[in-house]
Amino acid sequence: MNPDTIAVLRPETEAELAEAIRLASAPLAIRGGGTRPVGRPQTGALLETGALSGITLYEPGALTLVAKAGTPLAEVEAALAAEGQRLPFEPMDHRGLLRTTGEPTLGGMVAANASGPRRVQAGACRDSLIGVRFVDGTGTVVKNGGRVMKNVTGYDLVKLMAGSWGTLGVLTEVAFKLLPAPESAATILWQGLDSASALRLMAEALKTPWEVNAAAHLPDQRTLLRVEGFARSVAYRADELAKALAPFGRSVTLGAAETASLWAQVRDVAPFHDQDGDVWRIAVKPSESAALVAKAGGEALYDWGGGLIWLRLGEGVDLRARLGDFPGHATLIRASAETRRHIAPFPPEPPAIAALTRGLRARFDPRGVLNPGLMDA
Amino acid sequence: MQMPRPSADILGRRASIVARLRALLPADAVIDDPHETRAYECDGLTAYRCPPLAAVLPRTTEEVAAILGLCHAEGVPVVPRGAGTSLAGGALPTADSVILGVARMNAVLETDYDNRFIRVQTGRTNLSVTGAVEADGFFYAPDPSSQLACAIAGNIAMNSGGAHCLKYGVTTNNLLGVTLVQMDGTVVQIGGPWMDAGGLDLLGLICGSEGQLGVVTEATLRILPKPEGARPVLIGFSANEIAGACVSDIIKAGVLPVAIEFMDRPCIRATEAFAHAGYPDCEALLIVEVEGSDAEIDEQLGLIRQIAARHDPVEFRESQSEEESKKIWLGRKSAFGAMGQINDYMCLDGTIPVSELPRVLRRIGELSREYGLDVANVFHAGDGNMHPLILFDANKPGDLQTCEALGAEILKLCVEVGGCLTGEHGVGIEKRDLMVVQFAPEDLEAQMRVKDVFDPDWLLNPAKVFPLGASETRRAS
Ligand SMILES: Cc1cc2nc3c(=O)[nH]c(=O)nc-3n(C[C@H](O)[C@H](O)[C@@H](O)COP(=O)(O)OP(=O)(O)OC[C@H]3O[C@@H](n4cnc5c(N)ncnc54)[C@H](O)[C@@H]3O)c2cc1C
Ligand SMILES: Cc1cc2nc3c(=O)[nH]c(=O)nc-3n(C[C@H](O)[C@H](O)[C@H](O)COP(=O)(O)OP(=O)(O)OC[C@H]3O[C@@H](n4cnc5c(N)ncnc54)[C@H](O)[C@@H]3O)c2cc1C
Repeated sequence: MNPDTIAVLRPETEAELAEAIRLASAPLAIRGGGTRPVGRPQTGALLETGALSGITLYEPGALTLVAKAGTPLAEVEAALAAEGQRLPFEPMDHRGLLRTTGEPTLGGMVAANASGPRRVQAGACRDSLIGVRFVDGTGTVVKNGGRVMKNVTGYDLVKLMAGSWGTLGVLTEVAFKLLPAPESAATILWQGLDSASALRLMAEALKTPWEVNAAAHLPDQRTLLRVEGFARSVAYRADELAKALAPFGRSVTLGAAETASLWAQVRDVAPFHDQDGDVWRIAVKPSESAALVAKAGGEALYDWGGGLIWLRLGEGVDLRARLGDFPGHATLIRASAETRRHIAPFPPEPPAIAALTRGLRARFDPRGVLNPGLMDA
Repeated sequence: MQMPRPSADILGRRASIVARLRALLPADAVIDDPHETRAYECDGLTAYRCPPLAAVLPRTTEEVAAILGLCHAEGVPVVPRGAGTSLAGGALPTADSVILGVARMNAVLETDYDNRFIRVQTGRTNLSVTGAVEADGFFYAPDPSSQLACAIAGNIAMNSGGAHCLKYGVTTNNLLGVTLVQMDGTVVQIGGPWMDAGGLDLLGLICGSEGQLGVVTEATLRILPKPEGARPVLIGFSANEIAGACVSDIIKAGVLPVAIEFMDRPCIRATEAFAHAGYPDCEALLIVEVEGSDAEIDEQLGLIRQIAARHDPVEFRESQSEEESKKIWLGRKSAFGAMGQINDYMCLDGTIPVSELPRVLRRIGELSREYGLDVANVFHAGDGNMHPLILFDANKPGDLQTCEALGAEILKLCVEVGGCLTGEHGVGIEKRDLMVVQFAPEDLEAQMRVKDVFDPDWLLNPAKVFPLGASETRRAS
């Protein structure tokens, strides 16, 4: 689609955004940075959030940050780095994988519930998200949660909004709890393990008390564990892990700088950037993942100790038809718009769940104007 | 506190409703003898009591589905119940409601260390979940002080927390999946032993929904390997403000303790008299616990000692043994019991931004004097979750009302400084009418729309969470 031929709305305040949605008589395609064209292709007028930008509140001593939804992620990460803090969940950058340009925004990150390797220990984006403001499909402004770390006042719409891909409301402001950035980090690396051994290694590592906060196995048969923290503690834990997991073969331990670049590659699925084909994202019970990949074919990058599989397959292959029922779910992340029209990017739901999902959409967006059908099976 | 008037129509059909329940369930699973239903007349908020129409104690998800299907057809409200330890009146019945208790559903269904989860029936108590995996070196992290008694069912419904949540998160961060029975008897599986939802995050919505969206019968919980060791320190200060500033500095320094607990002078005095933990007689104290190997613990505690030193502590007591660690925790753990000895008390649960601690504590002191009731503070300081305990005398006419009025003022204060009404206990009936302080009508409407989807007839625990005026038209329809 030629961007010149479609209408673009770019509200500068929450009130303007609400007005735009209230007045909409046809579908809107919600766009943050435009870096994640995931889901059923959208044809509506573009509604851009980029002008709703800026950090509203940052309190390092309380480990909390509040910012407008169109704020570039890079701006937030820079502000946090200046205070030696970070977002706990290590959000991925989709640009390399999806071959898009643009600036990822906080709103897009939350709407995608984008979480990276540290998810095994620190939780997902939704686990660090403590408050939201959004405009629903009727143009009504709603707030939920707040800026405090513990909050059970009323229903948790914060979690509902995370990962809803702009189909229930357009986020205007988001609040996070943060973590101190660690003093040091190390990666323990094994080479040449087959996927079954690598998965066993990762399962054993995650059972130890040494706080492994990332565990991945790459297509080139490198298996990686990461520890972070105070320097002496990192050295101690890396050592203990290498010793305890020696039966899997000899390992080498890499320092903080190599650790940072290596895990950025895992996080952003770098091995698939220059490779053709569709890319699927599969959440699965870790111990099932090797068998699942064997059945699916294709090339796999295992993250989250095997709980997340990035799978590269030929274009247009219906993975779900190949796999049948399995303990988890598969989402088609990278594919042509054509493929995303005939293979559902998001996993189909059992009827009772689908009814709840439909019910929620009908309540939050009764006219079906927000990214309509984006998550449909 | 008001509750809706029970439906005369339902009360009139009592005998036939009970008979139909009996036809569905084993004989010992239906309780309607007025002497026995008294056992279900209240939860941990004992100031409010009302026996239910009947109580049912199913053993399987199928029985739960049958009960709900029947109550749905009969239009009878259902109040789910775990162990009945809610401090918010979440499990308080109305006279026309059926209590559905899951206490008999307490089996461990599956433990899986390779994938680090346990699947249990939700009537199982919190502590016995850890009990089931402890020998193998694992634990279930959320640890409410009531963990010996409270059930996973109530933990999920209230999204409960505990002292160690600073590091490990609250229930919602440790919940992977549930079996949920909807009010019409439909059984759905949400989530499972994998991470994140494929579609909308319904699991996140159910956790903390206070028994209003469905009855949770089974849960898949994340379990964690036990740390090599843990050690607390006790730090005494000459003022609340100083202790508050120290909390902030510890957090900023990059140490991530598992717990930072705070007690003020009234609380220290009362627990000392009760538990003799040997606490120093000071204005405020912190208990900070860190984990790891001995060397790691030493390093973290060294850093904490340095930070504390900048705040002129009147005492810095580092545990040297298991024995001493227990002693440091003893006072904190018996704080509620100690209060119960000297008085009736109401436990508030508002959360505030950590930076507001000094100001809020000062203002609570002023309010306490204005209302003429003592307030003791003991709380999770690391995450700003306050627990002011208001002491009153239930036998003195008017004291409960004064206590509730003071409580409302304190919670309004929490909201005013950027916090919320409840950090871990839930809204229930206790904070129901204060919801308008924190939320605009549109915010509450958005939440009520969620209930419309899961329970269109508003039969599940209907008189909770939302101010009665706000939910009236929905409950009536
Ligand atoms: C290369 C490319 C080609 C495209 N081709 C087409 C096309 O052919 N036809 C077409 O219709 N569209 C097209 N789009 C637009 C795109 O598919 C959709 O607009 C949308 O699905 C992706 O939005 P985004 O990339 O801005 O998402 P991001 O900003 O990366 O956000 C990710 C997700 O979050 C949602 N989101 C972002 N910010 C918010 C917020 N504040 N609140 C709530 N939700 C939010 C987005 O809608 C999206 O679903 C294209 C985009 C790109 C980059
Ligand atoms: C001394 C004491 C200390 C406490 N300390 C803490 C603490 O540190 N942290 C904390 O968070 N809380 C604490 N609490 C509060 C209380 O223990 C928790 O809220 C607990 O999770 C309630 O669990 P329960 O099984 O007793 O639930 P109940 O009291 O039986 O019910 C609580 C709520 O859950 C709903 N519910 C029950 N079962 C189900 C089900 N199967 N499906 C759906 N909904 C259901 C009920 O309807 C009700 O709304 C404390 C309470 C006491 C008395």
